[in-house]
Amino acid sequence: MRKLSTAALLALAPSAALADTMPQMDFANPLTLDQVGWMAVILVVLYFTLSRWGLPEIGKVLENRAAVIARDLSAARAAKVEADAAVAALNATIHQARAAAQAEVAKAVTDAKARASAEAAKLAASLEAKLAAAEAQIATARAAALAAIKPVAEEAASTILLKLTGTQPAEDQLASRIDTALAARKVA
Amino acid sequence: MAAGSIDALGQFKLTAGLGPIGRAVNFTNSNEAMLGAAIVIVAIFAIGLQARALVPGRMQALVELLYEFVRNMCVDTIGEEGLRYFPLVFTLFAFILLGNLIGLFPYFFAFTSHIAVTLTLAMFVFLFSTGVGFYTHGFRFFKFFVPEGVPGWLLPLLVPIEIISYLSRPVSLSVRLFANMTAGHVMWEVFAGFMLLLTASLGIYGAFASVVPLGLNVALAALELLVAGLQAYVFAILTCLYLHDAVHMH
Repeated sequence: MRKLSTAALLALAPSAALADTMPQMDFANPLTLDQVGWMAVILVVLYFTLSRWGLPEIGKVLENRAAVIARDLSAARAAKVEADAAVAALNATIHQARAAAQAEVAKAVTDAKARASAEAAKLAASLEAKLAAAEAQIATARAAALAAIKPVAEEAASTILLKLTGTQPAEDQLASRIDTALAARKVA
Repeated sequence: MAAGSIDALGQFKLTAGLGPIGRAVNFTNSNEAMLGAAIVIVAIFAIGLQARALVPGRMQALVELLYEFVRNMCVDTIGEEGLRYFPLVFTLFAFILLGNLIGLFPYFFAFTSHIAVTLTLAMFVFLFSTGVGFYTHGFRFFKFFVPEGVPGWLLPLLVPIEIISYLSRPVSLSVRLFANMTAGHVMWEVFAGFMLLLTASLGIYGAFASVVPLGLNVALAALELLVAGLQAYVFAILTCLYLHDAVHMH
């Protein structure tokens, strides 16, 4: 600010007093005003050079850049939309495939379970039949065995009695005694 | 320079430029610098426009930076109508900026340190913006000097103040630029003269002591670089402001 005010005082002071010290105030020198005329010529030429050629050309370069950037941006946006759609389709497909696979697995598991239970039932039935057969066989064998015991016991008892007493016991009496004895031992 | 005195103002002396032809048509050393500034501006454009690359190189970036800087200044200050005056503001800004910068180099003439030059530029801006005002608004442009929302009895006081402040625009615009450039160059010359005076009067001790004014001149160089850019910017933004007043009247 001080710089400005000092020079302002210089400029506003009577120019005659400054003319011999300050070349800027020497308006007696024709060059002082002639430089302004030449400046006008130079500035007019510069103005037309810049306004007709320089500035519009720079403007074109900047506009071209803005257009290219806008075009690239819109292309990128379109590509993004496309990619998003592709990703969505992919996700849907994956989802669908997973659901189908799960359904398939579930069906296979159910089938296998059904088959296994059917087989188990069949096996149980055949085992049951074999068991029944075996039991029946055992029962007949046991009956046969029990039936075989009585004559052996009668013979043994009559032999023992003959040896001990020397008498032949009554057949029917012996048979009933043996029956009660076998019944007491819960064999028959 | 005469021994024992500092001729700080000799650097502003106008002489004939461009040899005998220049002497015949009064083409001055100041006009040489103007021509140099104009050629540098056009050369920067020519080099910057060579590649027209999508990703600009240095010179192209420089031109684009200048272009967008001034263009934004016009649009922000004047409004969308400002684009019509963009080439004019750009020419003034570039011319003054390059003039200030060229003047910083030793042996180069700083034409912006001549009041005749700056006053002509300022008067042109003043008359042009006034012309735009009358062209846009006709005689209603006189209402510019009548502030709105002011009681009637104040108007006889305010209208002359408005007119005086309007008429003082070219003075402040021209003196600001002229004074800043002149003062900077005078200070440079004075400190440089101190170095010679010190050496002449104190011999070897003076030569050592002259490191101080040398350092001051180095610091001053940085300041003058700032002033060169700032004053060109101030001139351009004030031009935009005056045009804004002419277009919008408020």
